[in-house]
This record gives sequence, structure tokens and C-alpha cells, in this order.
Amino acid sequence: MPADSGPAVAGPDSRGAISRDEVAHLARLARLAVTDDELDVFAGQLDVILGAVARVGEVAAEDIPPTSHAVPLQNVFRPDVRRPGLSQEQALACAPAAEEGRFRVPRILGEEQ
Amino acid sequence: MTTTAPALVDFDDVVAGYEPTLGLEVHVELSTNTKMFCGCPTDFGAEPNTQVCPTCLGLPGSLPVVNRSAVEAAIRIGLALNCSIAPWGRFARKNYFYPDMPKNFQTSQYDEPIAVNGWMDVTLEDGEVVRVGIERAHMEEDTGKSLHVGGADGRIHGAEYSLLDYNRAGVPLIEIVTKMIPGTGARAPEVARAYVTQLRDLIKSLGVSDVRMDQGSMRCDVNLSLSPTGSGVLGTRTETKNVNSLRSVERAVRYEMQRQAGVLDGGGVIVQETRHFEEQSGTTRPGRRKETSEDYRYFPEPDLVPIAPSAEWVEELRGTLPELPWEHRKRIQEAWGLSDEELRDLVNAGALELIEATVAEGAPAGEARSWWVAYLAQQANTRGVELAELPITPAQVARVIALVAAGDLNNKLARQVVDGVLAHEGEPDEVVESRGLKVVSDDGALIAAVDEALAAQPDVVEKIKGGKVQAAGAIVGAVMKATKGQADAKRVRELIIERCS
Repeated sequence: MPADSGPAVAGPDSRGAISRDEVAHLARLARLAVTDDELDVFAGQLDVILGAVARVGEVAAEDIPPTSHAVPLQNVFRPDVRRPGLSQEQALACAPAAEEGRFRVPRILGEEQ
Repeated sequence: MTTTAPALVDFDDVVAGYEPTLGLEVHVELSTNTKMFCGCPTDFGAEPNTQVCPTCLGLPGSLPVVNRSAVEAAIRIGLALNCSIAPWGRFARKNYFYPDMPKNFQTSQYDEPIAVNGWMDVTLEDGEVVRVGIERAHMEEDTGKSLHVGGADGRIHGAEYSLLDYNRAGVPLIEIVTKMIPGTGARAPEVARAYVTQLRDLIKSLGVSDVRMDQGSMRCDVNLSLSPTGSGVLGTRTETKNVNSLRSVERAVRYEMQRQAGVLDGGGVIVQETRHFEEQSGTTRPGRRKETSEDYRYFPEPDLVPIAPSAEWVEELRGTLPELPWEHRKRIQEAWGLSDEELRDLVNAGALELIEATVAEGAPAGEARSWWVAYLAQQANTRGVELAELPITPAQVARVIALVAAGDLNNKLARQVVDGVLAHEGEPDEVVESRGLKVVSDDGALIAAVDEALAAQPDVVEKIKGGKVQAAGAIVGAVMKATKGQADAKRVRELIIERCS
């Protein structure tokens, strides 16, 4: 396995405090409406979580490559053979709204496909 | 966002003042039986949400498994583009919240693409060759299709809500990204089009996709920036999406060059953004504000183990590569003795494959070529369709050629038979039968017609008798006219000489 690290994980420096602005940015990416008060609350909570995760970094030394998979497997493939899926009715059964055989979703704001 | 119409700069002036740098990203939908990570069908045009399962709908508890055929197709595309195949690589999650992916991420490859660092030599119309570097080819999955309801023209702008069909979600995609293509100057639009055309032909020859731009199984994003000539400073680029035909590729490049030059000439700056190509007007407009790569929070896909193609597997796949289109053309050119120009005309007319197929049905190359580039090209032109769209098959053309070779038809009758086939009157033999087009070489019928013609022109008879054999042409003409072109001209001439001697 190459010693190369995985894709860069974006985010705050795990040893530093997560800022209110960073929480607001993440909320926007996740399309969550977060109030000003919540930003402060979440910033504090996320800080604790990131701090806990950062402790792993203290244990892992330079000679330990980042691990993305816990099982030592590679090249797990399936043949290109069709398998039965869901009917349209089944697929849409749990949808909050559907129309013309399609999932109906609220209008998408500020985006252009 | 400003909406003022940009002042377009005359194309010649753009080229005089700026150097364009091109980059092309082409998405190819593979024609595998099943999706990238599940066993759902990939057929185009099925009823919405009938080719879905818990995996491609992102339902809890479902797990993806990689389609081996898709990986093989990706490796073969990489090899055909002279890329190195990565001996080890992982999939990554590209996280974004948009209803076209029910999982809220797209499974893609990020910094470990399966194929890297290749090239393709692109031949332009006049024979100039431009080597286009290939940065990478990576595997990913297609998204679902959105239908925006309530806005104008099904566009998202002003829409009240959207409807999602996930049949396409999870269909294997290969994204092929070029390196920056500098130094093409005024030929940038042409280079872009030629690259996409050649890439389409290549992928088609590999048999891994039907590469239909009109159906979206091949899509192109055009990256373009301008830098003031001689400055050596790379400009800010825009990425134009929705470029859905070869012609649009060329138009989009040309338009962006003219637009960006207008902005720069006016002292403005180019905004790095995604733009949308408008097929109708041939213009581009600002599109979705692009999230930065960091915003996608890529991380290795935990549900899929790494792919590590062995050297043996890669070599085995290399062995399956067909003769590449340009090698094939070279061989045909030599076999048929064509000049570069003749070959190019055949390719541009879309005639090469049709002629080859006609030859494969037993017709001589010369005649097959002559039919497709002359009479049939004319018919296609009159009808305003592509040559391949004419309702006649290479086998039918070969049959007509065979009938002419056997003396059953002359060229004039053959054209009438072809007309009949084009008019959906059936197979060539059926048209010959129903229209009564067989060449008349039966002496009984011909002698009567010859005698009649001779009697009508006694002066010509005298000339022939006096040794002026070439005068027989006038009699042949009269007989052909009388028989509506169906007489065997060679036999008619023989009979005339016989009767006059």
C-alpha cells in the first residue's frame, strides 16, 4: 500500500478551535438553516468532537500510514449481471411527495444545474 | 450577479490580442448492462424510477459493489489514450447536497484516478496534428435527472419544485480530463471539436459506450481562459457545461473567447465560474456557483475496497484493444489508394464506415465508394439528413452493385432501384420486379426496337453501311429512349452493326 495519504480532508485544524464562520459555512454546504444562537452552540460542540478525534493523531506516528479500510481486501468486483431492483411503486413508497413517477422535491434555491 | 450583455470582440481581434488555453472534460456513460455499484439496468428512456434499487437510491443499509466490466472499460479507455494505469487506487466520496444524488454524495475518484498522464494525437481538417495531453481518466457514477416544474422552459430558475428520476443515478461514467492545451490560437475552437470527435470515435471503437451526445451518453465541459499575447500569465478560466453536440463544442469555445476578450478589453476580470451553453443562441450564461474542491470534503469511500489492477490484467486488457480508428483509416487509405484529401472527405461525409460495410457485403471498393459519395450523398443532401440516416443499408447498395455487374441493371436503372429502396418499396430485387426495371437483353424485343429506329433514320443507316460505325450512337440513343432506358446498350450496338452489314 502506498504510504501516500488519502484525499485531503477539508476542515479546520483539528487542534485549533472551530470558528463560528466555519460552522456557518458547513451549515450552508449541508443546506441547513442554523440560527445565530445555534452557531455558537454547535461551534462549541464540534470543537469537543474534533478534539476527541484529534487524540488519534497523537498516537499515530509518522511511520503509520493513514488507514482508510479496516479489512485487508482489494479488487472486490461483481459480474456485470442484472439483478432485480425495486418497482416504481416500491421506490416511491417512502417518498414524502411524488408526481409522475418521480420524487418531488422542494425548489432548489440559488442553484443552477 | 450582473446581467448586462457582454460586448463580444471580433474573433480575429481576440486572436490578435490573446492566447487561449483550452481544457476539455468529457464524461462518457458506459454501456454496461448494469450500474457502477449495483445490478440495476442502464437502458436509456425507461419509465422513471423503474431501474433503481436500495443501493442507487442511497437507502440505509445498502452497500455498493464495483462492476468489473466498468473497471475493465475504464482501463481500456486509459490504455487507448496512452495513459499509465494506477496499480492501486480508491474511490472517494464527493459530498454535496443536491437532489440529483439521493445519497448526498457522488462516488467518484479523487486523487487516485485509475488512468493518468496520457495523450492523443488529434488531426485537424487540413492534416495538422495537435498532441493533446490527457491528465487523467477516472471512474464515477452518473446522477439522476431533474425536471424543474413551474419555471420557464423546464429551467430551474423560477421553478416551484423539481421532480427526480433516479434511473440514471449510478450509471458508470468515465471522466476524461485533458491537460491544459495552450498555443492553439485561432484554431482553438477547431481543436476542441476535433478532439471530442476523435475521442468519440475512439471510445466507439472500444465498444464501451454508444457515445451519443444527443442522448447525453457523452457530455463535454469546456474550460477556457485567455491570456494577453506574450504575457505568459495564465488567465482565469470558466467552465462551460451543457455542450451537447460537436458543433456546440466549437461554438462554445469561440463564444467564450469572444466574451472573455470583451470583459478583459473593458478592464473587467473574468469570474471563475461554471457557465451554461445555450444551444439556441450559441451563447453562455452564468450557471451554478461552484463549490470549491475543499467544499466537497472528499474522503476515501469506506464501503468500497481499493482497486489494484495487476500488471497481468492490464496487459490482458491491452491485448483486447481493437485497431484504433486512425490506424484503421490509415490502413483503409492504403488499401483503397486514397489521397489524404479523399480520405478526409469520406470521413467528414460519414461515408467511410458505410463504404466499408458495403465492401464487406461483397461490392468492389471503387463502386461502393462511388455510390455513397455521389448519388447517395446527393439524396442525403436533398433530404437534409446524414448519409447513415438514409433508409438504405450497405447490403442493399452492395446488391444493386452486384446486379449492375451481372448486367441485369445499367447505371440509370440502378439509380431507379435505389430510389425505390429509399422510397421503402422493399429490397433491390423486389424493386426491380415491381418497377419492371430489368435490362432488356432479349434479342427478340431488342431487334424490333432496333429495326424501328433504323427505319426512322435511313440516312444514319447509310453512314453505318459506309463504314462510319460511330454513327450507330444515334440509333443506340433512339433505342434506349424507346425502351425507357432498359435496353442493354452493348447488345443494341452489336445488333445495329449486324443489321446494317
